Amino acid sequence: MIRAFRILAANPLSMVGVILVALVVLAAIFAPWIAPFPTHNGSVVDFAFANRAPSARNWMGTDLVGRDIFSRILYAYQISLVLGVVVLAIAAPVGTIFGLLAGYLGGWTESILMRIVDVFLSIPPLVLAIAMMGVLEPTLTNAMLAVTVMWWPWYARLVYAIARSEREEGYVLAAEVIGAPTSHIAFREILPNCLPAIITKMTLDMGFVIIIASSLSFLGLGVQPPTPDLGSMVAEGARYLPDSWWLTVFPGLAILIAVFGFNLMGDGLREVLGVDE
Amino acid sequence: MSPVLRLLMRRLGISLIVLIGVSMLIFAIARIIPGDPARIALGPNATPEQVTNLRAEMHLDEPLVLQYGYFLVDISRGDLGTSLYTNRPVTLDIAQFLPATLELVLVAGIIMVALGLPLGILAARHRGRWPDHLVRIFSLLTVSAPSFVWAVILMLLFAFYLPIFPIAGRISDIYEIERTTGFLLIDTLLAGNFTAFGDAFRHLILPAVALALSGIGQAARLTRANMVETYDKPYIEMAQAYGFFPSRIARIYAFKPSLIPSLTIIGLDFAAMLGNAFLVEAVFAWPGLSRYGVAVILRKDLNAIMGTVLIIALTFLIVNIIVDLLIAFLNPRIRHSTRAN
Repeated sequence: MIRAFRILAANPLSMVGVILVALVVLAAIFAPWIAPFPTHNGSVVDFAFANRAPSARNWMGTDLVGRDIFSRILYAYQISLVLGVVVLAIAAPVGTIFGLLAGYLGGWTESILMRIVDVFLSIPPLVLAIAMMGVLEPTLTNAMLAVTVMWWPWYARLVYAIARSEREEGYVLAAEVIGAPTSHIAFREILPNCLPAIITKMTLDMGFVIIIASSLSFLGLGVQPPTPDLGSMVAEGARYLPDSWWLTVFPGLAILIAVFGFNLMGDGLREVLGVDE
Repeated sequence: MSPVLRLLMRRLGISLIVLIGVSMLIFAIARIIPGDPARIALGPNATPEQVTNLRAEMHLDEPLVLQYGYFLVDISRGDLGTSLYTNRPVTLDIAQFLPATLELVLVAGIIMVALGLPLGILAARHRGRWPDHLVRIFSLLTVSAPSFVWAVILMLLFAFYLPIFPIAGRISDIYEIERTTGFLLIDTLLAGNFTAFGDAFRHLILPAVALALSGIGQAARLTRANMVETYDKPYIEMAQAYGFFPSRIARIYAFKPSLIPSLTIIGLDFAAMLGNAFLVEAVFAWPGLSRYGVAVILRKDLNAIMGTVLIIALTFLIVNIIVDLLIAFLNPRIRHSTRAN
């Protein structure tokens, strides 16, 4: 752990990533205390201050009904992070079990499971999520569901590739020879060797889940107003370019900063854990 | 049979199975819709009789397996049903909007390859030095924002602040171009109208770059990673010992074996671009499949939603087959093998 942190710290870019992620997470957790206008996460209106450029009062300006954009971005981070954690907490284990079974058992199980994975992977990820949100009501829970459904196959494929090469390794053969049960071999012997790759992918994916979720709400298919969401904030503001640039630029940069942080950190983790690209 | 041809047959077979799976998935998505599809289709003012009739017409009262059977028979005949939004066959709608999206995605793909691979080569040649670090930061940055954010930023910078490119649309209104292929770059040339071609091309640049950016980063990263690995091989050392120019070593000996994994990622990026086109088209008011897709989704137009997703999945499958064939063709181990595997 300490050694890992040292390697991470030795790489300035990874350190920037850790700091960015820490800032975003802290901002989300402490949003109610940091936000200059903590009530602006709802449908408050303050037309006296509507559509104002950045100032000392509103660092990132105000939106069309006078809400403080900086405050709304902090709250939007809460939603993005919760969504990311929930999606990965479901998609990663489901995909891992799928991939382990297909990779270790082989034969018919492998063919059937991996064909199912192929089907999911043959629809472009965002299109699958868009189609699901098209028939479901646009709520946070459904957005999580849609993103999870498009996400788990990637873990299945990753774990499958590792498990398939591990199944020929000596330690697996040894376990088979002494008659260890299949579940023991899959979960106790092979799984630990997949963990570095899974953890790296989860870190990088936090950023990509944020991208996909904001893309859904950008199209009006995700979290609905007045709940603050980075994607819908960009979409709302895009109509008022170039005059009211702060409406789009700050939420857009907020996405960039958070995802960049997770990417830098994931990239550093990859080196620490020795995972191939 | 030549190995490449055998691979093609095998891939076509697998793709057919996958496509049937995709049709099941799309059918399943269409059936999880809350509420009665017939009532949604008819709107709130429909009489109970109308609903009953449409339910019978849509086979909604029959078992799910049969319903799926009808769906499969229809799509195998190229019939995707009628759109409730436009009241036209979905196939006609898609034929109208798909070329604009394909044109955008193809140009973005060309930009991705034309910039991503050279950047990766540059980084690998100067690995560990500043060009490498710059390319790494660039790649990480480009994949760190959704393409609609890049679209907005590019639009602000190069259409509003520096008015180099047009703000939105596919072509200026003054040009009347007869539609033959639906690809404006081709249609304007067929019409012999070169100023219109230039105009269409200028409209295409910003959306295509916005769409390509994250792909450029990924292609560069992957090419670099593979080339760095290749640089450790003994034959590179031998080439260096022979005194070949570093640029020649990079281009010919280190790059070529790295091209194959790069092509695989390019196939995947193409899928991402088909999805991200939805975002970029929204920003630049590009009259493609995405605008249609979002419109039919907001109207819960089931036939059109299913048709659009099916066509996108089909396009992606075709691209992947092309990529696989290209890889087989480039890889001498497959090209000259007696068994395609």
